[in-house]
Amino acid sequence: MGPIGIWIAALLTLGIYSFLYKDNPVYKTCEAIFVGVSAGYWGVVYYFDNIYKKFWLEAVVPEDKNLMLYGGAILGVLFLTRLFGKISWISRWPLAFIVGATAGLYMMTYFVSNAMNQVASTIMDAIARGGDGSIDWTQTFGTFVILVGVVTGLIYFFFSKEHKGAFGSAARVGIWFLMVTFGASFGYTVMSRMSLLIGRMDFLLGDWLRIIN
Amino acid sequence: MLSTIATVLMTLIGLSLFYVLYLTIKGRPVERRMVFLYIGLGVMLPLMMKIAPPLPITSDVQKLCDYIEKLEPDSKVLCAFDFDPPSAPELQPMAVAFVKYAFKHNLKMIIMGLWPQGPQQAQLAITTALKDSTVASHSHVEGVDWVNLGFQSGNEFVIQSMGSTFKSMFPRDTRLIPYDSIPLMKNVVNFSNVDFVMNFGAGKPGTIEWVQLGVDRFKAKLGAGNTAVQATEVYPYLRSGQLVGLLGGMSGAAEFEKVLNEKGKASTFLLAQMFGHAMVMAFVIIGNVAYFVLARKQKNSATNA
Repeated sequence: MGPIGIWIAALLTLGIYSFLYKDNPVYKTCEAIFVGVSAGYWGVVYYFDNIYKKFWLEAVVPEDKNLMLYGGAILGVLFLTRLFGKISWISRWPLAFIVGATAGLYMMTYFVSNAMNQVASTIMDAIARGGDGSIDWTQTFGTFVILVGVVTGLIYFFFSKEHKGAFGSAARVGIWFLMVTFGASFGYTVMSRMSLLIGRMDFLLGDWLRIIN
Repeated sequence: MLSTIATVLMTLIGLSLFYVLYLTIKGRPVERRMVFLYIGLGVMLPLMMKIAPPLPITSDVQKLCDYIEKLEPDSKVLCAFDFDPPSAPELQPMAVAFVKYAFKHNLKMIIMGLWPQGPQQAQLAITTALKDSTVASHSHVEGVDWVNLGFQSGNEFVIQSMGSTFKSMFPRDTRLIPYDSIPLMKNVVNFSNVDFVMNFGAGKPGTIEWVQLGVDRFKAKLGAGNTAVQATEVYPYLRSGQLVGLLGGMSGAAEFEKVLNEKGKASTFLLAQMFGHAMVMAFVIIGNVAYFVLARKQKNSATNA
């Protein structure tokens, strides 16, 4: 990025951060620029990679045209009928195609990857052993925690029986597991957001002000 | 000099938190802008400090590195760059470390993206890696040592189609050279012709889709680098063996750099993240104190009334 680009990026970054003080016209301008540039960028990339590189160069220009691509192109064009009131209903056809294909694909992939394989990984030897045959206590404890977490978590989401007595106690343990999961997830989210701030600070102090290397 | 000043300032800021806690106990909590200022300084000053925080290597990262190190020279690695600039602070250091390692160990990279900006991030990683003196000492040719196939829309359907042929989804690379004319893609039909898949993912489509289709359907070996937000969703696939290894967020990136001996941005960012987290934890405690102080005040005023 050249010096002009760095200055523009730095001023836009500061403009966005000005929202931390309070909402203001500079922030609104920077936000509008971001939305506009993003939309423009996506438009160019989609045009170049899909319409030009994939369709034009494969289905229009060459001698041995890839005729399969015309099917997709026609469905894509049908989406645009949404803009014309009287025939806007035609846009439901490509939408139906996408919904049907996606549902069909997900049905199998989620069942295999998220159900079967995950259940299989929960069923394991209660006592884990290391390479030399000795008991791996850490792994064994982890297996026990997973087993308790899975069972009590399932009990919590079982609503056909009232959560009372031993069943209710197990459901409460399930809630604790869920809370710990949410906490860990939130902790990771904070970590991620902090990384974004670090990235911007590094840009401002390094690329722009050149205080750090 | 700058490092010393930053260290002294950081110490003073840390001590001033006790004063903020004192004000809170007295019933005068600081306003939210002060919290922003503290977090900003807590992240900015450590970037100027020259302290290397301790960094133990987790088994998730070690497993991935062990697998990568076992790859023979000339192995073909499919690199899926499924992220954009907002996720770059976490994922770009991982990508740069991986690309440098691949160049130094003669791994052949087939780059693609399910996110529009992904291949551009890959190009940035390659440009950075080629500036490394060790990498630059060997000649690396586009189309022979690496190829950037670009972006393809269609999310998980792209992976599904790649299971038949890569060419159906990527008939040309980003230079518009036809698939069959790229030397690296000779004899590469589908997943059965690549030795490893490395995904840098920031969301959907990303690692989960690669596991569901690339691994479970087409039996590819997959390693992943994820943003911290996504890592919790991906961990179950690691335990079940569907993933070879996982790099989670900035700490995962720093560990990856350390194990591969490719020091980069993540290692320098780690101290800033450590202090940033400490600042957040301090304000969580102060916020809870403020909550209880306020609750007690309201209770007292209700009793007096």
